Amino acid sequence: MSTETIITNPKVIVKDLNFHYGNYRALKDINLNIAEKMVTAFIGPSGCGKSTLLRTFNRMYELYPKQKATGEIILDGANVLDAKQDLNMLRAKIGMVFQKPTPFPMSIYDNIAFGVKLYENLSKHDMEARVEWALRKAALWTEVKDKLKQSGTGLSGGQQQRLCIARAIAVKPQVLLLDEPTSALDPISTAHIEKLIDELKEDFTIVIVTHNMQQAARVSDYTAYMYLGDLIEFGETSTVFTNPKRKETEDYITGRFG
Amino acid sequence: MTNNSLYTRRRIINGAGLTVSVLAMGFGLFWLCWILWTLVANGLPALTAAVFTQMTPPPGSSGGLLNAIAGSLMMTVLGTIIGTPIGILAGTYLAEFGQRGWMAPVTRFINDILLSAPSIVIGLFVYEVYVVQIKHFSGWAGALALAILVIPIVIRTTENMLRLVPSTLREAAAALGAPQWKIINFVTLRAARAGIITGVMLAIARISGETAPLLFTALNNQFWSSNMNQPMASLPGVIFQFAMSPYEDWKSLAWAGALLITLSVLTLNILARVLFRQSSTTH
Repeated sequence: MSTETIITNPKVIVKDLNFHYGNYRALKDINLNIAEKMVTAFIGPSGCGKSTLLRTFNRMYELYPKQKATGEIILDGANVLDAKQDLNMLRAKIGMVFQKPTPFPMSIYDNIAFGVKLYENLSKHDMEARVEWALRKAALWTEVKDKLKQSGTGLSGGQQQRLCIARAIAVKPQVLLLDEPTSALDPISTAHIEKLIDELKEDFTIVIVTHNMQQAARVSDYTAYMYLGDLIEFGETSTVFTNPKRKETEDYITGRFG
Repeated sequence: MTNNSLYTRRRIINGAGLTVSVLAMGFGLFWLCWILWTLVANGLPALTAAVFTQMTPPPGSSGGLLNAIAGSLMMTVLGTIIGTPIGILAGTYLAEFGQRGWMAPVTRFINDILLSAPSIVIGLFVYEVYVVQIKHFSGWAGALALAILVIPIVIRTTENMLRLVPSTLREAAAALGAPQWKIINFVTLRAARAGIITGVMLAIARISGETAPLLFTALNNQFWSSNMNQPMASLPGVIFQFAMSPYEDWKSLAWAGALLITLSVLTLNILARVLFRQSSTTH
């Protein structure tokens, strides 16, 4: 419905996407484009389907029984939802960072190397360079460079989340999915990560789900407002926040609802 | 004022509950301490160097428990070596692959039955299917019976510990494109490692005191034997035999054996707790 927004360089095209948890229809005919090397934010009240939508991009829902997506999500000309798509190769192309930091129970170095080793055969020297590159990109290098052999679980929450971002970008994905990446963090760590998102969009197409409207306004170029499984409005962030076309959107962003 | 009377009532109920709890704890601890005291008082004087260097004696002559200690060690270690991998593999299956289909619920149900099966039934089972076939008691049969006791304990703890691993950790590994076997090997099993080791230690503690399954399988052996294909002595078996006898020197050896088992089980339990605590503070 709200696809009037012209995106000239779409990285991901979502067409007539529906999603079911058992019999419950959680996403209803979603159509939108994700612009390449831009930040797209999904906002909306709890249960509106924004995380569900994000999790269809890398088919994360397939870990669980009774969850099903139909429609099309086109990435590089191929439908992500096609059963013939190699799921692991697909996920290597689409990185994801979660609400709660999820460091693996291994050293900081191995946390980063784990994903890289899956699809690349790097020499020790190249791997060290890659780990440093990823940690620098995630603005964590100076804090951890002397303790790469220590456990990743010993870092602070904000550091753990940046470690997870470093781990996701170390495999050089094309798209980065951020599922409420700062909702478990304090304001200073949040500011760190928001600054990081701004820098990362030079290299990656970023989709972020957030509860925090100010955050969406600060970091994103495009914003999608969702409600009860419907995409209500989608457009440039500045337009959506200053001059929304739909009354529902205006009610939500002005705090009269949600 | 109604609020105040409500508060007074709560305080009285709280006090009564606390008193009953403390009494219940005291009741339990009283018997435990009594048992431990009796054990130490009778076992410690009997715990001489000869216990560790000499074989079980005939009545009236001096001896030790060396053959029983060695037998118990061999069968416990072997039972653990056989049972642990099976238990960890099955527990991993239940936790990681068990969401779909009927196999996992059925396996889980059968495992629960096995977990609460009387150990003498396990002994009889091994007697029927193994000892009767080869026509003699043996250390192998004893280790096998102990392994069957280890399996359900390890399955249960492995499954429980893997289920405690947050699903976001699995999702995070899957999101990198890791195949399921790598997620399990390098992420979830590693995250649950301390808990699983604790489970294995508790299983060892459990089997090192088992008597019934050994009576039908390893039987006993008066002499030194490191041949697993022969009847084999075990500490619980010797305690059973010696404690029931009328001979004073046999009885004191039985006390020494009982103290040895209790101390080793205690050590294992403490070790398991220390391990578990270390890992839970680093997470």
